[in-house]
Amino acid sequence: MSAITPPLPTPAAAPTATIGAYARRWLDNVRGGELGSLPIILGLLIIAVVFQVQNDRFLTAGNFVNLMVQGAPFALVAMGIVFVLLLGEIDLSVGYVSGVGGVLTALLLLPDGSTVPTSVAIVAALGSGVLIGALHGVVITKVGIPSFVVTLAGLLAWNGVVLLLIGSRGTVVLQDDFVIGFANDFVPKGAAWVLMLLAVAGYAGVQLWGLRKRASAGLVNDPLLIIGLRIVGLLVALGFVVWVVNQDRGLPYVAVLVGVLLVFWTYVLRRTRFGRHVYAVGGNAEAARRAGIDVDRIKIICFAICSLMAVVGGIVLASRLRSVDTNAGGGAILLYSIAAAVIGGTSLFGGRGHIKAALLGALVIASIDNGLGLLGLSSGTKFVVTGVVLLLAVAVDSISRRGREQSGRA
Amino acid sequence: MTETTDAGGSRERSPGAVPILELRGVSKRFGAVQALHEVNFDVRAGEVTALVGDNGAGKSVTIKCIAGIYPIDEGEILWDGRPVTISGPKDSAALGIEIVYQDLALADNLDVVQNMYLGREEVTPLRALDETKMERRCSETLASLSVTTIRSVRQTVAGLSGGQRQSIAVAKAVMWNSRLVILDEPTAALGVAQTRQVLDLVKRLAEQGLAVMLVSHNLHDIFEVADNITVLRLGQDVARFKTSETTQREVVEAITAGTLSTVPGQEEEVQA
Ligand SMILES: Nc1ncnc2c1ncn2[C@@H]1O[C@H](COP(=O)(O)OP(=O)(O)OP(=O)(O)O)[C@@H](O)[C@H]1O
Ligand SMILES: [Mg+2]
Repeated sequence: MSAITPPLPTPAAAPTATIGAYARRWLDNVRGGELGSLPIILGLLIIAVVFQVQNDRFLTAGNFVNLMVQGAPFALVAMGIVFVLLLGEIDLSVGYVSGVGGVLTALLLLPDGSTVPTSVAIVAALGSGVLIGALHGVVITKVGIPSFVVTLAGLLAWNGVVLLLIGSRGTVVLQDDFVIGFANDFVPKGAAWVLMLLAVAGYAGVQLWGLRKRASAGLVNDPLLIIGLRIVGLLVALGFVVWVVNQDRGLPYVAVLVGVLLVFWTYVLRRTRFGRHVYAVGGNAEAARRAGIDVDRIKIICFAICSLMAVVGGIVLASRLRSVDTNAGGGAILLYSIAAAVIGGTSLFGGRGHIKAALLGALVIASIDNGLGLLGLSSGTKFVVTGVVLLLAVAVDSISRRGREQSGRA
Repeated sequence: MTETTDAGGSRERSPGAVPILELRGVSKRFGAVQALHEVNFDVRAGEVTALVGDNGAGKSVTIKCIAGIYPIDEGEILWDGRPVTISGPKDSAALGIEIVYQDLALADNLDVVQNMYLGREEVTPLRALDETKMERRCSETLASLSVTTIRSVRQTVAGLSGGQRQSIAVAKAVMWNSRLVILDEPTAALGVAQTRQVLDLVKRLAEQGLAVMLVSHNLHDIFEVADNITVLRLGQDVARFKTSETTQREVVEAITAGTLSTVPGQEEEVQA
């Protein structure tokens, strides 16, 4: 029992906050520098309008499906990046680690002599991702080298491993229908509707269950109207997406994969002790240590998750391109993925951010890349524009941090 | 840790029996700095024991040794009269020692509930965080300590005032099955009303049978709540008083000019 005997709880009849109180809390947070997804959603709207005005192919069903397939690898890799950014660390090696993952999968699935089942190849690639990340984490925590330096070394070393694995082959064509299907096959149109409804029903169930649980414990709930709006909002948003993509080829399987992993990692971060400790380490490592949290262990696991998700992204990218070559993991994947996590609203200073930042940021990046492509602009222009957007996002992060400091929320 | 607690069974032990915590000849060095030199110190259940001393006297280091954050170089720590090795915050928490640090050690990005349960989160049978249970117990604990200034326990700690943060840190310490609560400068940053509240709280903790160790520079506060006073000077314990049998003047003298058993080398003049 606690040292002080608490008074017996007296659960009132399901109290809910008033809409006014809810709005005030939200405004407080915005003013205090907790901007949430506000800037990014505004940004997405602006991007959509600008590109649509320039080229009316931007907002078509077909292009929307392209956008999903193009953005998926960035979103997946960025999910892993969110974990290390939450710690206040960085992982610069994700590009070539994703390359290692893609190349390993393609090589293991080559129909020459040693044929392994698809599942074994995928598990082996994912396992190598975990090991790579754990190795980074161990060097960073136990040897005490900054993550920036360790993963910069990793960037070079894993690039080397990609070249060594590919050897003199030049290009390895992916020869497995299941893996190719990730990015090139589509959920049957009826099934997409069922999936969508299941997702919304699941979300509604979780919300209502939480509502009941809090009410029976006598805790204040968010206003019912807000909860209702959230559920309806999700229904409308997902319904719209399915409706649009079904007018074209349909819902790509990678979109389902991204959705499932989004829910899974969100659960891990927001609903498990491990996730709570990740935020604590990023917010105040000393406080976490004093609370008995094994800070090194948390960091090693986060780097392992980061490399694991890089491999997942690498496999999806290989699936989209149907082959891997000596450039696997190179190009824009590293910077686009980090940019996606940051643009989505994950703070570079640690302790603030959500998994959904990876998805929102990847949407922005993919939209810019795709839209500028439609306008026939070169990679040069794409990089300049993406760079400016990234800088904007970091500026928003820094300014909102200053907002927190000024309102005494250092 | 070589000892496990017998689940608080001796909570009601009368003052004056075996000290709940005893330091015997504890020394601690940081490179050339001798932070503690053969310190003896004890705390009894149901009493408030104050540890005083000038800046850099070694008060915070003493606490961190008890917490297991710094391993001690020499000497021994006794818990309920039995020697124990405390090699980390988990060990000290398992013994029933809770510490409120001078720098509070709250994570600004987490809310009140998350901070109070940090490292000891309640989980459901399916290993998910049991937010409802945690939120309810936090609210109850804060209410029982008459902490009424916090609007919502779901507010991030970053938005709280110094006094509110201090209250959270104290509440966090007493929410557990603690037998010894250590407070490092709990009133340093507080206004009059908040100081009053914390001092009342300290007295209440001792009345409940807990051992309380209080570190403070404010002799007025100490004379109000403490039963015993131990004075540290340059890492050595130079005097011990019963509050009822001494005066502030006597204590100040010990703090500034208490007799040292060994005179440390160069650092003596450094003391500001
Ligand atoms: N981690 C450390 N490394 C090196 N020296 C340290 C460390 N921690 C404390 N010291 C030194 O040990 C001595 C005692 O410090 P301590 O923090 O215990 O003082 P204090 O009595 O708490 O002072 P204050 O009243 O200012 O809080 C000081 O000389 C300090 O510089
Ligand atoms: Mg101190």
